[in-house]
Amino acid sequence: MPERTLSQRSPYWVLLAFGFLTLLGCGRAPTELVVYSSRNEQLIKPMFDRYTEETGQAIRFVTDDAGPLIERLAAEGQNSPADILLTVDAGQLWQAAERGLLQPVDSETIRTNIPEHLRDPGSRWIGLSVRARTIVYSTERVQPDELSSYEDLADERWRGRLCLRTSKSVYNQSLVAMMIEAHGEEKTEDIVRGWVANLATEPFANDTRLMEAIIAGQCDVGIVNSYYFGRLTRDKPDQPIRLFWAELAGDGVHVNVSGAGIAAAAPRREEAQKFLEWLTQPEAQSMFADANLEYPANPNVAPDPLVASWGTFRASSLNVAKAGELQPLAVRLMDRAGFR
Amino acid sequence: MLLLLLCLPALVPLFVVLTAVFTPEVEIWSHLARYVLPVVTTNTLVLVVGVSVGAALLGTSLAWLTSTCEFPGRRIFEWALLLPLAMPGYVLAFIAVGFLDFTGPLQTWLRGAFGSSSWFPSIRSTGGVILVLTFSLYPYVYLLARGAFLTQGRRAQEAARTLGMTPMRALWRVVLPMARPWIVAGTALVAMETLADFGTVAVFNYDTFTTAIYRAWFGMFSVNAAFELAAVLLVFVFIAFALERRSRANLRFATARDLSRQAVRIELRGVRAVVASLCAALVLGLGFVLPVLQLVVWVFARAASDLDARYFEFILHSVLLAGSAAIIITGASLLVAYLERQYGSTPVRALVRISTMGYAVPGTVLAVGILVPIIGLNNVLQHGLSTWLGDAAPSLLLQGTLATVLLAYFARFLAVGFNPIESGLSRITATIDEAAITLGAAGTALLRRVHVPLLRTSLMTAAILVFVDVMKEMPITLIARPFGWDTLAVRVFEMTSEGEWERAALPALAIVLVGLIPAAMLTRRGEHVA
Repeated sequence: MPERTLSQRSPYWVLLAFGFLTLLGCGRAPTELVVYSSRNEQLIKPMFDRYTEETGQAIRFVTDDAGPLIERLAAEGQNSPADILLTVDAGQLWQAAERGLLQPVDSETIRTNIPEHLRDPGSRWIGLSVRARTIVYSTERVQPDELSSYEDLADERWRGRLCLRTSKSVYNQSLVAMMIEAHGEEKTEDIVRGWVANLATEPFANDTRLMEAIIAGQCDVGIVNSYYFGRLTRDKPDQPIRLFWAELAGDGVHVNVSGAGIAAAAPRREEAQKFLEWLTQPEAQSMFADANLEYPANPNVAPDPLVASWGTFRASSLNVAKAGELQPLAVRLMDRAGFR
Repeated sequence: MLLLLLCLPALVPLFVVLTAVFTPEVEIWSHLARYVLPVVTTNTLVLVVGVSVGAALLGTSLAWLTSTCEFPGRRIFEWALLLPLAMPGYVLAFIAVGFLDFTGPLQTWLRGAFGSSSWFPSIRSTGGVILVLTFSLYPYVYLLARGAFLTQGRRAQEAARTLGMTPMRALWRVVLPMARPWIVAGTALVAMETLADFGTVAVFNYDTFTTAIYRAWFGMFSVNAAFELAAVLLVFVFIAFALERRSRANLRFATARDLSRQAVRIELRGVRAVVASLCAALVLGLGFVLPVLQLVVWVFARAASDLDARYFEFILHSVLLAGSAAIIITGASLLVAYLERQYGSTPVRALVRISTMGYAVPGTVLAVGILVPIIGLNNVLQHGLSTWLGDAAPSLLLQGTLATVLLAYFARFLAVGFNPIESGLSRITATIDEAAITLGAAGTALLRRVHVPLLRTSLMTAAILVFVDVMKEMPITLIARPFGWDTLAVRVFEMTSEGEWERAALPALAIVLVGLIPAAMLTRRGEHVA
């Protein structure tokens, strides 16, 4: 009976295994750059590999949600092995910076390559790709000239025709945060209540399902990140659904960023800065954005041809840091308005 | 003392969570109390009760069917009904919603054929989420209850029949009550897993205590408020445990066993046999076969190109972690249960019970709860080393080691190992212990030579459950794994974190296939017993 011998010896096993495994994880090569990333592996690894190829600089990384990564960074303090924190929205970077986990970077290259509204005013993090959140509509039941702004989707004529993703999505949280910045809390709450009243069905768990619902005729308009639209239409073009570049308070499309900052206790600060600067250059910018059909943060770099085919838009000039600052307010506002 | 030492890793994260209440987030709480808690408390109660009742009914009746009756296909269903366990709940949820929602193939077909599908009940509803969680979690009850029925022997049943009971009456009056510790232990696992679940309810956008915890953390940037919510959750779980314990404080469940004489199976014939086979097939089909087919379709449509040599590594890592965790946690659970039995004062029982509560805590909260103290320890050690060795000191990284991962698994899954073993021990009478001691087998000899052989079924159950649970586990593996040490579950995370569910089918399918290993082991063992 093998299971008997195993369980019988397990206390010794435990000690042995623990001792061995503890040693296994200890120590690290001192030259490696370490990245904590909430942007997933398949979107970052090709770039890391390219950088290693070009410069010989090895990069190690660990992926997880930003929340736990930031807690780990905070607990590690001065002993943290992390050089760079990479996230998929500005709010998390803002929070990490607020907690003193990122350090300012003074770099002419970065200032030249990345527009000001996509950077932390305190220079502690930068946007590397732009994620535009805008309106999608059914070409069968909606004329583009009926559409104008996010705010307009609260109007009564969209009653029973609107689909939204859940308010748990950080992208909706930052959209509402930016609306608070533009309109103040009271007016924003009215708008969000209007959205909720117009919903055709319960909020969706993701943007792809939302667009499928528009195609299937469950609703006529919705709000999604453009790269989800790209993914959907890349596989099946010619669907009765299209993007509309919406206005937020008459100031262009709401954008968020996937971006990065250098950890406050980064063991290899200079190498980290070099890498960050490299990421803002054209070649890396294309790789970073195109891997997920996003927009390069560097305005001199053209997006993927498929992305370019949706036409150009004017991005909101509000600094993306506001999305983080106002996000807790936005979440509460959505709770009050019954936006689930 | 040894017991306390064993339980310590499981107690530490709970302590970390509880300490959050000393720095209350008054302002956030007043918001939560008004707009969030009323809804999520009701939702959570409805969900936990619904799923627990559903899983208990489904698991117990299927276990009874396969372990005491004979019907066509019984030998296959016996182990196959365990398979839905290997299917992660969030995957089943995504497939169910994808198939049954307005945009899914079923409703699309209905609209094509009849013009409207508005009468079709919405899958994204309370009923839908209860149904999906029931199908994904009933195997916990099934596996434990099956162990109870198999170890019951025929004597109790024969005695009941001698006293003039019909088989049905014997089932209600004798067989089920005698299996109570197992059914309760399995249902408790289901309830805790439901409380801690985030992935499944997120697919349905169903708000529970756990989603509120993550919303406070990731949305309002307040870890403190999140941990305070988790602390409240823990208090409720503890009260539920205490009530259940009290309700069976004076009951005993031991039987005089006679393994050489397996109870004679009730031969089902005609309509009954057909119904039994159909029910088992239906559960297996909905909970496993159809979802697996969907995964296979997705793999061929989208994910086949992702399959590369690295998958050997992912599988190896997953099996290695799940295997070591199964051995360690089962072994430790056996010791804990044994010590609790020997020195079972009320405080000891409470201590053990609290140690198993990590299973009811949302995964990410527990992961951070255990990682933070380990990082603290690492920093202290590092400081010591640097003072001692100066610049020559190596940099430590305890938080990124497999030892930490396994320790955190222990804190999370102790309940999964402990519950089956504790129920198993309740079947061994005190007189057996006394007889063994009289014959000179005391202490570890008693454990080794008497309890372990008698607990074979329970130990297997515990090991299988832990193995499969670890295969599916994400938050701990993600945050504490060494650099580059990716598992199948990590691959699922990489795909789903940007909503690429179809591509996640490949690692998900691999998890299911590797999860078949324990089911196969169960068949082998089944042959020995039968």
